[in-house]
Amino acid sequence: MANVRQIVVDIISDIAPDEDVTNLDDSVSLREQLDLDSMDFLDIVMELRKRHKVEVPQEDYPKLATLESCVSYLTPKFVTA
Amino acid sequence: MKYDAIIIGAGMSGLAAGIRLGMFDKKVLILEKHSIPGGLNSYYQRRNFDQGGIRQFDVGLHALTNFIKKGEKGKPFSKLLKQLRFSYDEFNLCPQTYSKISFPDCELKFSNDFELLRSEVFEKFPKERDNFQRLVEKILSFNELDLSQGHLSSREILKECLHDELLIEMILCPPLIYGSAWENDMDFSQFVVMFKSLYVEGFSRPKGGVRTIITLLMNKLKEVGGEVKFKTSVSQILVNDRGEAHGVVAEGREIFAPIIFSSIGYPETVKIASQNFFSGFSPRVGAMTFLESIFVFDQKIPLKMNDSTIIFYNNDKNYRYESPKNYFDPTSAVICYPDNYEPNLTEGEGVVRLTYMANYDLWHKLSREEYLPMKERVSDNALELVKKITPEFQGKLLFKDTFSPLTIERYTWHLNGTVYGSIDKTKDGRTPVKNLFIIGTDQGFLGIVGSMLSGISMANLHGLMEAP
Repeated sequence: MANVRQIVVDIISDIAPDEDVTNLDDSVSLREQLDLDSMDFLDIVMELRKRHKVEVPQEDYPKLATLESCVSYLTPKFVTA
Repeated sequence: MKYDAIIIGAGMSGLAAGIRLGMFDKKVLILEKHSIPGGLNSYYQRRNFDQGGIRQFDVGLHALTNFIKKGEKGKPFSKLLKQLRFSYDEFNLCPQTYSKISFPDCELKFSNDFELLRSEVFEKFPKERDNFQRLVEKILSFNELDLSQGHLSSREILKECLHDELLIEMILCPPLIYGSAWENDMDFSQFVVMFKSLYVEGFSRPKGGVRTIITLLMNKLKEVGGEVKFKTSVSQILVNDRGEAHGVVAEGREIFAPIIFSSIGYPETVKIASQNFFSGFSPRVGAMTFLESIFVFDQKIPLKMNDSTIIFYNNDKNYRYESPKNYFDPTSAVICYPDNYEPNLTEGEGVVRLTYMANYDLWHKLSREEYLPMKERVSDNALELVKKITPEFQGKLLFKDTFSPLTIERYTWHLNGTVYGSIDKTKDGRTPVKNLFIIGTDQGFLGIVGSMLSGISMANLHGLMEAP
């Protein structure tokens, strides 16, 4: 099965090459730990579509708040993809 | 030939928009009339064999505004880096020493540390201390990125906060001349953008000047599969009978795409789109255009004579930001000392760039025989001003050059040689023609960082989120 956590971390490190993504706390919101704004969340969603054909509708963006919530929200999508 | 998007103009906004669209697999074509990229912020070279060979010059860029230190977050420049996927170090930023606003009886210094300007205002305008603080709070809490923000006069708002006319004029001077399409005033949203980018964040310049930025953008565009055609003039934007843009005519050839981004200016875009869709609406051409003289000396001006990077100079009791009655207005100028971005380098030639406001109509009416002597007059005037500021400087002049409003018009195709575009902006980029969007100067974000953010945000909003 795909390592969803790693997939999201890889996308973030490509979006924000100056950010240190090695010590992220999975239960703390990504916005608190990194310099991410709504434009960047749009990028995460578009990269998920581009790389993994996974669609995230706009109303579900809040489910990408932490790495933990990303994993629980995205994992079923990767299984069915 | 079929594309997902066509972008007219390979300036800062067009290249940035092209990168964003290409990054998400859109097939993008950028059409550029000139033979090189950059638009209003470009470059040229001059051969001068008896005096040191080939020299490279920047056009436009005096300063890259919105300076941040590495790791600073949530600022326009950090957004730009992330959106275009650059790392901070790639820009190789050299910060300014400091700059100053120089009026007949008063001088205000500012640098990349806002506290310098604050302390200068406190010291020179002690009665305005609290008022200035309130103004700064108002500016910092204002949401200038709200695209639905109505139009407000900066001068009116400044008058509500400050009482000293001189302080108002001095604070307005750099934002006006670094970005206002209007005479003597600017939209308050734009003023807030400028206040933050000039005074709060500050100036730097990439090592290598504007070429460094253009090279980064061109390489990134290539990486994401974007295509640029140079020396390709767009003569018409094709609009179908439902009022939707669906292609362009370039060099007599039709090229189709479901979405068109135009960075050539709002009036310039309307001119080549089918007029009947604009039902009488025609964005006005701005009045502000400029002249610039460049001087190269055999040595750098010693720091003890001048250590500032940019001087916003005004020698009259009032500061007039308006199209002058004469060919140019010698009473005010912006003087840029690019060597002071790297004040530790003392070897090599010294460069000074001096910008005056100019009157397009008068320059336009000059005959060929009158044109060169008039440029010479400007250059002599500018050189006098350089000497006035650093009278002890003994450097030998090796090279000089002057560009006029006609030069700007000739290489950027902006009507009347305007640099800050139309006085009618379209903040959300929309036009009466569907699928035709304005990016760059006439969308309203200012400066090099602003125009790149304009391309990015319009590409996101119209090309990626609401993809037709």
